[in-house]
Amino acid sequence: MNEITKITTAKDWASDQEVRWCPGCGDYAVLKAVQRTMPDLGVAREKTVFISGIGCSSRFPYYMAAYGFHTIHGRACAVATGTKLANPELDVWIITGDGDALSIGGNHTMHLLRRNLDCQLLLFNNEIYGLTKGQYSPTSRIGTRSPSTPFGSVDRPANPCAFALGSGARFVARGIDVHKNLVDVLKAAHAHRGASFVEIFQNCVVYNDDVFAPFTDKGVAAEKQLWLQAGEKMLFANGTKGIALDTERLMLKVVDGDNDEVIVHNPRNRAVAHMLVEMPAASFPVALGVIYEDPAPTFDSAVVEQNAAAAAGKTPNLQKLVSQGQTWQVEKEPRAE
Amino acid sequence: MASATHFTTLEESEAHPPLEAMVVRFAGDSGDGMQLTGGQFTLSTALAGNDLATFPDFPAEIRAPQGTTFGVSAFQINFGSTAIETAGDAPDVLIAMNPAALKVNVKSLRDGGLIIADEGEFTARNLAKAGYDSNPLEDDSLARWQLVKFNISQLTLDSVKPFGLGNKEALRCKNMWTLGLALWMFDRERGPIVDWLNTKFAKKPELAEANIAALNAGHAYGETVEIGAQVRRHHIDAAPAEPGLYRTVTGAEAISVGLVAGAQLAGLPMFFGGYPITPASAILHHLSRLKEYGITTFQAEDEIAAICSAIGASYAGQLGVTSSSGPGIALKGEAMGLAFITELPLVIVNSQRGGPSTGLPTKTEQSDLYQAVYGRNGDAPIPVVAARSPADAFDCAIEACRIATRYMTPVMLLTDGYIANAAEPWKVPDMADYAPFPVAFAPPAANDDPVQPFARNGDGARPWIKPGTVGLEHRIGGIEKAPGSGAIDYSPEAHAQMTRERLGKVAGIADSIPDQDVALGEASGKLAVVGWGSTFGPIHQAVRRARRKGQDVAHIHIRHIVPFPKNLGKLLKGYDRIIVPEMNSGQLKTILRDQFLVDARPLNKVSGQPFRIAEIETAIDEALAGQDPHPLGADATQLPEPESGFDPGRQAN
Repeated sequence: MNEITKITTAKDWASDQEVRWCPGCGDYAVLKAVQRTMPDLGVAREKTVFISGIGCSSRFPYYMAAYGFHTIHGRACAVATGTKLANPELDVWIITGDGDALSIGGNHTMHLLRRNLDCQLLLFNNEIYGLTKGQYSPTSRIGTRSPSTPFGSVDRPANPCAFALGSGARFVARGIDVHKNLVDVLKAAHAHRGASFVEIFQNCVVYNDDVFAPFTDKGVAAEKQLWLQAGEKMLFANGTKGIALDTERLMLKVVDGDNDEVIVHNPRNRAVAHMLVEMPAASFPVALGVIYEDPAPTFDSAVVEQNAAAAAGKTPNLQKLVSQGQTWQVEKEPRAE
Repeated sequence: MASATHFTTLEESEAHPPLEAMVVRFAGDSGDGMQLTGGQFTLSTALAGNDLATFPDFPAEIRAPQGTTFGVSAFQINFGSTAIETAGDAPDVLIAMNPAALKVNVKSLRDGGLIIADEGEFTARNLAKAGYDSNPLEDDSLARWQLVKFNISQLTLDSVKPFGLGNKEALRCKNMWTLGLALWMFDRERGPIVDWLNTKFAKKPELAEANIAALNAGHAYGETVEIGAQVRRHHIDAAPAEPGLYRTVTGAEAISVGLVAGAQLAGLPMFFGGYPITPASAILHHLSRLKEYGITTFQAEDEIAAICSAIGASYAGQLGVTSSSGPGIALKGEAMGLAFITELPLVIVNSQRGGPSTGLPTKTEQSDLYQAVYGRNGDAPIPVVAARSPADAFDCAIEACRIATRYMTPVMLLTDGYIANAAEPWKVPDMADYAPFPVAFAPPAANDDPVQPFARNGDGARPWIKPGTVGLEHRIGGIEKAPGSGAIDYSPEAHAQMTRERLGKVAGIADSIPDQDVALGEASGKLAVVGWGSTFGPIHQAVRRARRKGQDVAHIHIRHIVPFPKNLGKLLKGYDRIIVPEMNSGQLKTILRDQFLVDARPLNKVSGQPFRIAEIETAIDEALAGQDPHPLGADATQLPEPESGFDPGRQAN
């Protein structure tokens, strides 16, 4: 029985486990989006592995009818690296959050991205520590009041996509938990060979409700969301505004109307990608969709190739291995002891 | 009998029976190539059929300032015609390449022992760097010993003159000149060293020729020049040994090939996740060259990633292995708990060094036993196997792989800096003698029954289900789970039952390990000396000597520390007294007391130095007289410590 040939439905990807996120949590929407995406990817459940760290989002693997490993805080990337290297045929998804991937596990995230392990990394960014009851996180904005920062946080937040680009990621995308486009972003992430980094803005209804409302609310969505499409102009606000390059200051700028100045999105342009992910929230829309994609050889394929090349022409022989080095023969009788 | 010989006059020595054993220490500046000299001398000694043990001792600094006492590097070898089990207590011969090497090492030389010094290096500047007010080669301060001095530096320069090397490069051949002299003194073949030099310098034949010329010159110097009766040829007969093929092996090599063998016996590819750390890195280096054995080595971004990647690989169906030293093992603690609760096979090698924290990176200690046995949150016992010697590390590595795969559990394999770096002759094992222990992964689902990833077999082990297996999709994690199904379950009943099942499984490993044997002596009596790990050599020799004196004492050496062999408690209770020599402040002693309520008494040495045989002999005398062994201090007669007060900057971590 080979399940690759079987057509699956979203339901086939739901496990029998009761989902235990808070009612109204954005995680539900992401789970549904992933379950809706899987049937379209033509992958088999037994070849699919979801590996997570610790946090609300990291419960995710329990709810997928695939192989799943809920590991320890911050280490999903490290575990996934071993799993993928041990069996490169597996389709590996890493599920993590802002604290898991950028605080306790920041080191592993950086190295997974620079190595370009073939996997999808979904970072659920809710700008808060939810499971530990609401402390500010490395992506919380300055002034975030939380149980550990009653007077407001004073440290500058990390920008997940800028971090990913800085780490050498070859695929950087953004989505919103409840937005219909998330499925397309996930499909693009899966289609990309290498580490696909996807930041998902995910609303925490209990500890950080509406933190993304300034660009996700229906009323402002058109004005504040820039959905990028390769080969298409960077237009938003129903096509009335565009993103252009201020050639004097070498910065992006917002221009009115659809004119030649508006940049055509080329996902391979790393410099523009850096500018897109760092557009100031006050005067710019939020860049969404596939921001950067430029495939490069993957770590797992390089390891497999080197292992094969190094082993080529050599026959494993344990007896030979234990006998290597300079040896000598003892012919005498055993010593009396 | 490691230090039973002594130098006196030629007449006297000729009146004595042939030498049984000899301890030689080569000491020089870090840049003088003493480890290479020692290594090659070891090889030639092994080829001559002597039994041997070595102790390389080098500073933590990669390039300490030249000529200083903290930059001294030494290599000690004990070889003989009888069984050798330690690197020897006090050297009989000290070869000192500069004043600092003399200063640091001469304290340890046996009274009447021989000093060979390179007087060419005893310049005013070098004497000052070593802290000598006057030249010890001239001022009678070495009267306790025999002194032979000649200008090795100049003799080397003369010997390599024809090759047109620069002064600095020419002086680098000093170690080969010295080796040549040592080969002459102990009647060794030069052939293998010449071969080695030709291979080593294949791309720079002029360097090979110069080094060979220096080697030959040193040898010829011994043969032709009148250098006193003290330095004369010694022939030490080959040690009787079981017939067979032999090689020398260090612990790091033995562990590496043992892990390879373990994975092969289990029928598994191996994934090794490592991070550079002294003295464990050697295992990563060895394994990274053995791709044809199905080994993937991964130098991770940190210790945590090293173990987590190994866990991820075990999850995917390979044998995950990680290796480190104390500080790195501490970082791996949480992940060990994950492997324990998800019940995945994993081998964790700890090449122990002196702690705590960075401690003594290049010195040896056994102080991570508590860490191995207890060092995780929650009730999380993992099996602990401890190697006693470089050669023994091979079998221990295989044993760790066997336990990990049969019982689906992480296993801690303990070795230490001494075992990792020391070399000893090893009778090459016949791999046909090792029974395979093939792993059976769970087969694809035959029906739609719910997957039971935490169902248990007769050993209490759960099935190993590889992702990729059709119909067995399931989820595991570090969170508490329901027995059988593995679904998240925090209930009191589930936690109590799973805790019992996990602990019961580990305790049950005792069913598949051999009973504890007595390494020397009877299975009951007045005194047992109980050890583990690299103290095997000194304990064994001390007990042997004590028994020759007629003392009622036995040596018990424990390989399986978690779980203990089933008969151990009963065995220990058969002795009136128990002493436990350890290179820590009494860790096994405490565990033995806890497990068996026996009155084990500690004999502790925490100076970063291995035990001397004599120290354990004294403790045996004291114990038999009803006294407690007293803690041992730093020992000036042993391998030296670099002096403190120096900020190395480039420390070996």
